[in-house]
Amino acid sequence: MKKTLFDKVWDSHVVHKIENGPDVLFIDRHMVHEVTSPVAFLGIKSRGIPVMYPERTFATADHNTPTINQHLPVKDPLSANQLKALEENSKAHGISYWGLGHEKNGIVHVVGPEYGITQPGATIVCGDSHTSTHGAFGAIAFGIGTSEVEMVLATQCIMQQKAKSMRINVNGKLGRGVTSKDVALYVISKLSTSGATGYFVEYAGDVFRNMTMEGRMTVCNLSIEMGARGGMIAPDEKTFEYIKGREFTPVGAAWDTAMEYWETLKTDEGATFDKEITFDAADIEPMITYGTNPGMGIGISNGIPMAEAVEGGVSTYKKSLQYMAYNEGDNMIGKPIDFVFLGSCTNGRIEDFRAFASIVKGRKKADNVTAWLVPGSHKVESAIKEEGILDILHEAGFELREPGCSACLAMNDDKVPAGKYAVSTSNRNFEGRQGPGSRTLLASPLVAAAAAVTGKVTDPRELMQELV
Amino acid sequence: MAYDKFNILKSTAVPLPIENVDTDQIIPARFLKATERKGFGDNLFRDWRYNPDNSPKKDFVLNDPTYSGQILVGAKNFGSGSSREHAAWAVYDYGFRCVVSSFFADIFKNNCLNIGVLPVQVSAPFLEKIYASIEADPKTELVVNLPEQTITLSSTGESESFDINHYKKDNMLNGFDDIDYLLNIKENIREFAKDTPL
Repeated sequence: MKKTLFDKVWDSHVVHKIENGPDVLFIDRHMVHEVTSPVAFLGIKSRGIPVMYPERTFATADHNTPTINQHLPVKDPLSANQLKALEENSKAHGISYWGLGHEKNGIVHVVGPEYGITQPGATIVCGDSHTSTHGAFGAIAFGIGTSEVEMVLATQCIMQQKAKSMRINVNGKLGRGVTSKDVALYVISKLSTSGATGYFVEYAGDVFRNMTMEGRMTVCNLSIEMGARGGMIAPDEKTFEYIKGREFTPVGAAWDTAMEYWETLKTDEGATFDKEITFDAADIEPMITYGTNPGMGIGISNGIPMAEAVEGGVSTYKKSLQYMAYNEGDNMIGKPIDFVFLGSCTNGRIEDFRAFASIVKGRKKADNVTAWLVPGSHKVESAIKEEGILDILHEAGFELREPGCSACLAMNDDKVPAGKYAVSTSNRNFEGRQGPGSRTLLASPLVAAAAAVTGKVTDPRELMQELV
Repeated sequence: MAYDKFNILKSTAVPLPIENVDTDQIIPARFLKATERKGFGDNLFRDWRYNPDNSPKKDFVLNDPTYSGQILVGAKNFGSGSSREHAAWAVYDYGFRCVVSSFFADIFKNNCLNIGVLPVQVSAPFLEKIYASIEADPKTELVVNLPEQTITLSSTGESESFDINHYKKDNMLNGFDDIDYLLNIKENIREFAKDTPL
């Protein structure tokens, strides 16, 4: 029987099948952070049971951490308490803990790949919906609830029904200024935020083949925004090259054994998917969102669609535009903005900072813009400094903050005030996501940079250096 | 944690006919800082329910005394976005035991099932009938019958059946949880783990 990549990884991790019920799925690697884990730890405590395989769980603090003065005690007592709980729980159960100030600290989905915790063919879960990021390596990776975090701590398994399969192909060559983020926002705008619900997605086609590993991570990261359980890309030479030599990557004979398995991780010729969709790369422009869910995105040179032209409820659509204080038919280019956020598990990696720097180099931050540039991890932060990107940012009037999830979900002090507009490289533009009353325009690091230096929504292609 | 058993629920319902309600609306991130599972109901739909000065927004359904009950009737793509189980906890803690929608986001649906809130997916036309029936009479009751897997409008007797897998149904009827099940097959898991390198 022909199998998809998803079938191969899922089926090889099923410990037990329940008739007319879920599969018991073994989890190779589990990542935890401070927000969705404390109640799970309380749960196993009240049951009086240990963590079954502490060496398979990795803890990092990210959601609730400040992005300035991390060397000082955390001011918000509730945040401090949650961080302390993660530290105590990790230590009590013998779990690797990369807390605030630790050299390996960073956003859970940034540090996992950086240290080789993320590997092809693995099952990876975390109490965070953007766990789908790790699918870029050909892993089955998805977000879970706290009850399931407790299951993994207690038994290294979760119980879920196998998702249906979907393949999304994007073929052709991406235009100038069109990034992995734009590809993802384009696909989501076509499928809507529920178009892939119930499915696990495999991304295929030359566009994903030609993408860097970081680009693939951005795409897989956003799978959840079209409702998918997760998304994955078959591993290839680029994948193996990326993971080789990282701290948790196998070495020697173990590497050879792993490679034998990893090289089988591709969809068999002739395997069928429950759904298959194909797009043409040439149709994709730099994207920007104008509404209050990630499916409300358009090519940056387009106008906001009329309500009648949109699938779904007209009243919900109008409510969304009202929140954004935008009108049907408005052009996005030239819309004034107040904040720029570069960072998050979607776009907080070194390539994202390189892209941002390529636009702001030799220019100045617009006076009306507050910019938060937040690396995804200390490793990213170090690379920004080593590559001279920090100097470029400083010359252009930008400051670099310390790693964390920051304004992506605004649990810490990095909150966009009510009524203000933020061009954000993060993943969600929901009402109040970046602070109560905040208005978010999702976009790529290039679009964010163009907005940061012009103070308004600007097509980054106008500011890009001509190719030599 | 074992939870309340669910059998037949007969209750009035609260209508929320808005599509794509994401879990950031159900409970905003700034209310996720607790280390224990309590008090989340106070912040259910916080920013739709309260003004910035904490006064209630009069036009929001949870502040309208006309509507009450243990059933929340949402619209298409309910519970999208963040995986935060806090959203399901908030729904439960507020007093809902059942959420009805024509389409649920995946993780939210799982989270509900894991804590004993029953997600009932109905057809779009039946959802419209529920709204119409509540609008005609806010005191009308819905009957959610888990053993029979049906949801019925008391006012008209119209009924529709809903899906739930046998295992989860059994859990909900008995208040069992997954960890009890998994702990019982721990030896199988241990055997499996032996052949699975870290």
